[in-house]
Formats: sequence, structure tokens, C-alpha cells
Amino acid sequence: MQKRSIVPILYIFFLMLPIYWLVAMSFKTTNEILSGFSLFPQTFTLEAYVTIFTDPSWYWGYINSIIYVSLNTLISIAVALPAAYAFSRYRFLGDKQLFFWLLTNRMAPAAVFALPFFQLYSAVGLFDTHLAVALAHCLFNIPLAVWILEGFMGGVPKELDETAYVDGYSFPRFFLTIFIPTIKAGVGVAAFFCFMFSWVELLLAKTLTAVAAKPIAATMTKTASSAGYELGLLAAAGTLTIIPGAIVIYFVRNYIAKGFAMGRV
Amino acid sequence: MKTENQKAWFFVLPVLILVAFNAIIPMMTVVNYSVQETFGDNLFFWEGLTWFEQILRSDRFHAALGRQFFFTFMILIIEIPLGIAIALSMPRKGFWVPVCLVLMALPMLIPWNVVGAMWNIFALPDIGLLGYFLNHVLGINYDMTQDPVAAWVTIITMDVWHWTSLVVLLAYAGLVSIPDAYYQAAKIDGASNWSVFRFIQLPKMKSVLTIAILLRFMDSFNIYTEPFVLTGGGPGNSTTLLSIDLVKIALGQFDLGPAAAMSLIYFAITLFVSWLFYTIMTKDDLN
Repeated sequence: MQKRSIVPILYIFFLMLPIYWLVAMSFKTTNEILSGFSLFPQTFTLEAYVTIFTDPSWYWGYINSIIYVSLNTLISIAVALPAAYAFSRYRFLGDKQLFFWLLTNRMAPAAVFALPFFQLYSAVGLFDTHLAVALAHCLFNIPLAVWILEGFMGGVPKELDETAYVDGYSFPRFFLTIFIPTIKAGVGVAAFFCFMFSWVELLLAKTLTAVAAKPIAATMTKTASSAGYELGLLAAAGTLTIIPGAIVIYFVRNYIAKGFAMGRV
Repeated sequence: MKTENQKAWFFVLPVLILVAFNAIIPMMTVVNYSVQETFGDNLFFWEGLTWFEQILRSDRFHAALGRQFFFTFMILIIEIPLGIAIALSMPRKGFWVPVCLVLMALPMLIPWNVVGAMWNIFALPDIGLLGYFLNHVLGINYDMTQDPVAAWVTIITMDVWHWTSLVVLLAYAGLVSIPDAYYQAAKIDGASNWSVFRFIQLPKMKSVLTIAILLRFMDSFNIYTEPFVLTGGGPGNSTTLLSIDLVKIALGQFDLGPAAAMSLIYFAITLFVSWLFYTIMTKDDLN
């Protein structure tokens, strides 16, 4: 047992190295970064963080990202719940084909869709709004949410539904007050994955926004273009993008493994 | 058993509308571009299948496709066995399980361009931790902006760092679902570690591994942001993967027709290979 645990420890050490380097760099002065190698920050500075938290063009990037990611998670879960219920409880014309078609949307490279998405959302007047990004991310998040929720719902015996109907529950009341609370772990896992994939995606988010809804990841490219000069700032901004994900993952830590195993293939 | 009920369509309708809006309209736009030529000003001319022919015969496309297949092949051959090995050596219960899971999942929650930027900083020859270590401690001449081999090694290591955890989590989920009784039975039979793996653990992980291989295939085949930020496709064109080349053609040169034709060929290849994987891996279940 003890000998075995060396493998995960080494692996986690490898995972933490680049993250450590990013965090360490965010506390260094630009001078120190460019003057040579140092394992720990010699002159510890919060300058980069101060810049980010006082400059609206920086911190609005974070707010924008959080707005569209939350919006996307809400929309995806809200529409995926009834659909997953239909897939898990009923047979209907074209159900298997529809399910497969939904999954194929994960296979389309985002690079393919960037330009048409720009034209589509400009045409409907949503360009540079949070809603545009939230809706665009539905392309890959809704299929995933349906897939995960369907797996969790399949584990709930059908007797639950039947008993509720015998007791005189209407469908909406049953669905909202009995069924959803029963699968709340599944809802949590699905929400986590929606949050994750919307948070990490940049190409579409960047294409669909200009100023008003610009995501943090796009704001960062302005330092990346002048990489040599503002590495500390870039590192600090990067470090801050890890935090929301870390918080969310902490809440669902006991369900992640299960959520992955769910769903039919 | 599921009951037949056509009204279930009403439950699926919102999903259908939202996904179709995002999938079908842009896809039709791409199809539309792929058969036309434009000189700007919204003037379009019918071109038929010229672009498809041109792309399929172009050396540039073949080279990018070759690099793409090489990349995806390397990713699958490294990440899948490594992920299984790590999952096998993880504790099954106790305090360390959630700690491991949270730490391992962390790389997957970092925005993709940050992943690229992070590895860029990490690999800088004289001031990055990795670059410094390789150049000054091990004495290997390492500079990924000059040397194609170094660039490839860095890109693959980055992806292994980024996505192996997905395989670990999936394989681990499969492993914990195996009842203890199976292991006890194997112990009584005097089974070796290898036969426990081969005849108990591997079959039980099969369905989650199918998901892992499919997801890793699709995502590594469509990868764009991370290598673009890390190497920008260089040095030269040595790490220009298919999607990087596609964006160069579409947005850099604004050749919408060829880019659209290339997108469709690209999508068709992804679909076909995914279908192939899916069919091969689920073949036994049908018999």
C-alpha cells in the first residue's frame, strides 16, 4: 500500500510544478523575472494583483466571465432536466438518433464555428452580450448535461414516479418537489461540468465579444502580446483564473468520480 | 421498461431548439461558403466542389493532417495507460481520496489559454523552471522556439499534464464500482496481480474507458487554444496542427471558401474516427 502511493504522489507533484511556477512568478517584480532564475520570489510584491483589482478593464473581465458562465450553467441545466427525463423514462420516435446527434455536437471543432457564430449572433443582435456567449456554449454543454443527468435518472426506480402519480401529484409538482431533490447529486455534477467547460473555453467567448462582455481570458491576451514585459501581470491574472474552478471542484469533490462513470455509452 | 410516449418530444423540444440554433445554422453557413468564392463586398460566386478538390490535394493539408494524427496518437498512447496506472495505485477510501481527486482535477479547470501561457512561462529557456532545469542543471540544450523536437515534446507534455487526470478520474470511477467480493474470490483462487487486472479490473473499466478514449480522441483532435498560445504553430510550421492551420486560412488569409471546405472535411474525419472507435469498442456488447 505504502509503496503504491508513490505513483499518485509523483503525479500530483508533476501537476503542481507549472502551477507553482505561475503563482511564484505572480509575486515577483518584473525586474526579478527578467534578470534571471530564482526558485522563490526574492522581493515579494503584490503589485500585479493591485493592478488587476484596481483597473476596471481587468476586473470586469472576471465579472464578465462569471456572468456568462453562470448564465450558461443555468440555461443548460434548466433545459437538460426535462430532456434527460424524457430520454430516461420514455421511448419516442427518433429518440436514439436524437441522442446521438446531440453528442456529435461535441465533435465539431470550435475553430470551425468561430466565424459563422460571429455572423449568426451579429445578425440576431446579440453580439457582445453575455447572453450570446452563454447561448453559444450551450452547443457543447447541453449534450453533456443531458448525458450526465440521464445517467443519474436511470438509477432512480420508476416506482417513485408511479407512487407519486397514485398519490395525486401533478407532473410539475412531482418533478420539482420529489424528482429533482432525489437526483440533486446528479444536478450538482452536471452543473460542475457545464461550469468547467464554459469557464475554460476561450475561442468562441472571444469571437462573440468586443468590449462589454469581454472574458478575462481575452483580456489576458493583451499582456501575452507583450509577453516579455508584463509576465508578472500575466501570471497573476492566470493565478486568479484558477480560483473559481478550485472552489467549485471542492464542493463536488465526493461526486466527481461518480459523475464521470454515469451515462450510457 | 420504458413506456412509449410521443409527448416526450415536448420535453426534448427546448434542448432541440437551442442546440439546433447553435449547430445547424452555423453548419449551413459553412456549407454555403464551401461551395462559393468571394472577393469581399458580399459578392459570391458558385464554385461547386473546387475547394474540396483543392484541399484534398494540397500538400499543406496533408502535412497538417499528418501532424494532427501524430499528436492524437501520442496523446492516446501515453495518457490512457498512464491514467489507468495512476487510477490503479490510488487509495480506494479514506481521507486522501478527495484530496487526490481535487488536486488532480485542478489542471482541467484552468482556462485553455492560461494553460498555454503557463507552460510558455514554465518552459522559457533561462527564466522558466523547466527550461532552466533542462538547460542549466541537466545540460540539455532546450529551446522550444528554435527546436521542433523540443516544441513537440513540450506540447505533448503539456497535454499529458492537462488531460491525463480525466482518464484517471474515469478509470477510478470504474474501479471503485467493483465489489470487494470479486477481489476476495480472486484471492481464494490465488490469482496474480496481472490476472486480477486482466480479468476483473479491465473488463469493469471497459465502459468508462470507452468514454475516456472517445473524449480524449475528440478533444485532442480538435485542440486549438493551448498549442496556439504555447508555440503559435512554430518553429516554422512544425507544430501547426489542423485547427491552427484552419484558423490561419480562415481568419489570417480570409480564404473563406477553402477554410469552409477544410472545416467540413475535418468534421467528417472526426465523426468517422469517433464512430470507428465507438463501433470497435462496443462490438462485444452487441454479441
